[in-house]
Amino acid sequence: MVSDEYGFFIDPQRCIGCRSCVGACAECGTHKGRPMIHLDEMDRLESPQTAPTVCMHCEDPICAQVCPADAIKRSEDGVVHSSQKPRCIGCQNCELSCPFGVPIVFSGLEQMLKCDLCYDRTSEGLRPMCATVCPSQALLYAPKAVVEQMRRARPVRDFTVGELAVRTRTAVMVPDPETPLHLDAALLIEGGLE
Amino acid sequence: MSRPPRPLDDLRSAYGPHLNLAPPGGWDADLEPDRLVKTHCCFCGQQCGIQLKVKDEKVVGFEPWEAFPFNQGKLCPKGVKRYLQGNHPDRLLKALVRTEEGFAETGWDAAMARVVEGIQRVQAEHGRDAFAVLSGVSLSNEKSYLVGKFARLGLGTRNLDYNGRLCMVSAGAANKKAFGVDRAANPWSDIELADVIWVQGSNVAECSPITTDYIWRARDRGAKLIVIDPRLTPLARTADLALPLRPGSDAALTNGVLHLLERWGLLDRAFISARTEGFEAALEAVRDCTPDWTSKQTGLPAAAIEKAARMWGEARTSFLLHARGIEHQSKGVENVLSCINLVLATGRIGRPGCGYGTITGQGNGQGGREHGHKCDQLPGNRDIENPEHRAHICRVWGCTDEELPRKGKSAQEIMEAIHAGEIKGLLSLCFNPVVSLPDSDFTRAALEKLDFHVNLDFFLSETGQYADVVLPSALHEEDEGTSTSAEGRVIKLNKAVEPPGDARPDWRIMVELAERLGRGKWFSHFTSPRAIFDELRAASKGGTADYFGITYEKVEQRMGVFWPCPEPDHPGTPRLFEGGRFFHPDGKARFVPTPWRPPMEVVDEAYPVWLTTGRTVFHYLSGTQTRRIGFLVEQCPHPYLEIHPRLAEAHGIAEGDPVEITSRRGSLVLPAKVVKTIRPDTVFIPYHWPGNLGANRLTPRHLDPVSKIPEFKVSAVRIRKTTEDRFPPELAELRRMAFEARTNQPVLPEQVF
Repeated sequence: MVSDEYGFFIDPQRCIGCRSCVGACAECGTHKGRPMIHLDEMDRLESPQTAPTVCMHCEDPICAQVCPADAIKRSEDGVVHSSQKPRCIGCQNCELSCPFGVPIVFSGLEQMLKCDLCYDRTSEGLRPMCATVCPSQALLYAPKAVVEQMRRARPVRDFTVGELAVRTRTAVMVPDPETPLHLDAALLIEGGLE
Repeated sequence: MSRPPRPLDDLRSAYGPHLNLAPPGGWDADLEPDRLVKTHCCFCGQQCGIQLKVKDEKVVGFEPWEAFPFNQGKLCPKGVKRYLQGNHPDRLLKALVRTEEGFAETGWDAAMARVVEGIQRVQAEHGRDAFAVLSGVSLSNEKSYLVGKFARLGLGTRNLDYNGRLCMVSAGAANKKAFGVDRAANPWSDIELADVIWVQGSNVAECSPITTDYIWRARDRGAKLIVIDPRLTPLARTADLALPLRPGSDAALTNGVLHLLERWGLLDRAFISARTEGFEAALEAVRDCTPDWTSKQTGLPAAAIEKAARMWGEARTSFLLHARGIEHQSKGVENVLSCINLVLATGRIGRPGCGYGTITGQGNGQGGREHGHKCDQLPGNRDIENPEHRAHICRVWGCTDEELPRKGKSAQEIMEAIHAGEIKGLLSLCFNPVVSLPDSDFTRAALEKLDFHVNLDFFLSETGQYADVVLPSALHEEDEGTSTSAEGRVIKLNKAVEPPGDARPDWRIMVELAERLGRGKWFSHFTSPRAIFDELRAASKGGTADYFGITYEKVEQRMGVFWPCPEPDHPGTPRLFEGGRFFHPDGKARFVPTPWRPPMEVVDEAYPVWLTTGRTVFHYLSGTQTRRIGFLVEQCPHPYLEIHPRLAEAHGIAEGDPVEITSRRGSLVLPAKVVKTIRPDTVFIPYHWPGNLGANRLTPRHLDPVSKIPEFKVSAVRIRKTTEDRFPPELAELRRMAFEARTNQPVLPEQVF
């Protein structure tokens, strides 16, 4: 069981694009060199913004809903797991339906693997690999109460995807609206202070 | 003549860089470790704690070390993948000797005999000082100390210097002038307590990634962040104030801020009068630095400069950090001093949450610069020209004053003397000047002139290609010792595995060489790193960097010990200058005036664009290690030209287009990376690559007159769009390697690009 006291928080504001999370994810004993994290450069011309994506661990996971083989299970502690090997038929329904783009059907394996909150680590009280190494702690695994008190950004767990309301175990941190954003050096030079 | 013995393509196929993509045996092997070894990352001055997984006497992976207080498990991608430098196909396992047909592997004895003959021949024909040593601070404290002693007593040469000359020397010189000591003034934990954090000339997110979290923890408390850099780095994206100043104008900005602090009465007059000297002269130097003047020099709006001064001046607590951006300039020392002036003027130092420090770049950039690795320095950060300091070291070393050489040339000056034919022999280790010194065509021409060059390395570096003999040395994880982090924390490096083949730790090689040169009496007692450290402790005793009270056991028990630590029962000194006590004999800090002067090279009609250079998060220094690790090459395979869309459009340049960049030194063709995060009058190139892709083919040999650091961060270039066929062939090879890293397929299919 993974402790309910702990939450996983993604704060893209802090992300420095170093891909340490991706590299470390691949090192996990069960992943054998395959990272389950996506790290996207948003639009490098316009901004250095990058964003990591780990599984949001939906309360009612769409990937599991659409799985024809019933291969995707959510454990009682709210963690959505990789497909069960004997059941998975590699049909990619999960890949296509996930609103966050998390599951990957690996060719060669013909099986869907995904971020499972490092279940082998978190069920033993360790932090997930990515959140342990993340230099800026854009990926954070910590007691929820501490995070809500400690960080200025606000955790969000409710999303609307098309007409679908999705509630997740993983939270995305929404910046304090006062936080400035500097994207164009030319504008700063010409006197735009923010 | 010491040209590379075979065409570069041949050398590349024999010695790499090739990629290591997976742990020994591949990802499907059983990687369950036999043991975990607690040690530290070999890349960068943060020196993060890490555990290496060892199975069957090979390093097969890593596990975060969450108990180590500095990084608490955090690692950048270089740390995560560092283990792949072991078990690498490019690893040198035998000594190489230059022959007519190229490098030939040879037995250890034969190689050492040739080295001894080469050294003795050069010194007999041209004098002792005609043989130089160029070293580096990825070495442990023990090795750094030993290099200093080996050069002075083993070779009897005064010409020893190190690659810290390209890194921390401006900060070191300025800190000694201002504070009487060269160390970050505070532990990083003080960053979290600061209300304003001022980061100037430091791409924290990429060059010292772990520090990012310290800054964010302060921001969560409400701290304000000011980031000053010609580029909007990832940390600047959300800063409270981002100041993309013109390259080379750092001291103009800080002078302008000091001017405003005085005008607005935002000074700590009590601190200034009680704890410092020289304030009036410093003030006089900024008398005319009005916001309008500052705006003109820096290319920033006057309002932004005023805002910076207001934020800094009104802060209750603060931390000022800087790095190579301000230090790699021909006025690097003055830039640092002008930053220190802002700290002293507000009296915010030596207290919790009130701090200052340079962010040391290289792995052991701090410790490696303290114990006699520099041309003008003896252990304990002593001065090689000071008679008392010399007497102390002569006592510890058991030599006479006549036997101890005097001050020698600095790194770039050594290269100039090689080029001039004045220095004829070289021992190089832990330093890849072909990539990392400015004006690399000049460096290559110099190395070709050497009569004898011996290189120690674990891979054949671009500099090793010019050597007559290459001796295989050990990796960081194949030896033990200590290192000193950016915070001034002495930490313990532990051995995970034995070096393979004939490879052995640099200290063993130097001790054996000294013995073969007939100087064993000063070296034969060094039978282990611990034996070297014990002598280092005694040699540093009484110096500013006093390690006497530090032992291996104490370092491991306390998760590091901050120097000075003068006695065995002393707890170490995390925060310097408490109570306003500085290290000058009168206990006071010094303001040093920093009157404005421009960079050595400024833009003009022929070369109208500023060039600045730096690092990326995926590579370390000259790339000797990181350009061989699959994951890192996949993320950042080759250099590029960062250019603002406005400047790009003016030259008809689009993303990925080939751009010819020309300076007074040379010319490169690189793909454009069009980004809004750089000033439109400035371009940027990361410097980690050699040859036709080397940013340092463009940079000038202009040095700071005090620190002798080259001005990597400021030069003038012109740019023009060119054609794809002008891309150097190395670029295609690196793109192929990135594909290999991504797909594990060595051959690039036609249709991919």
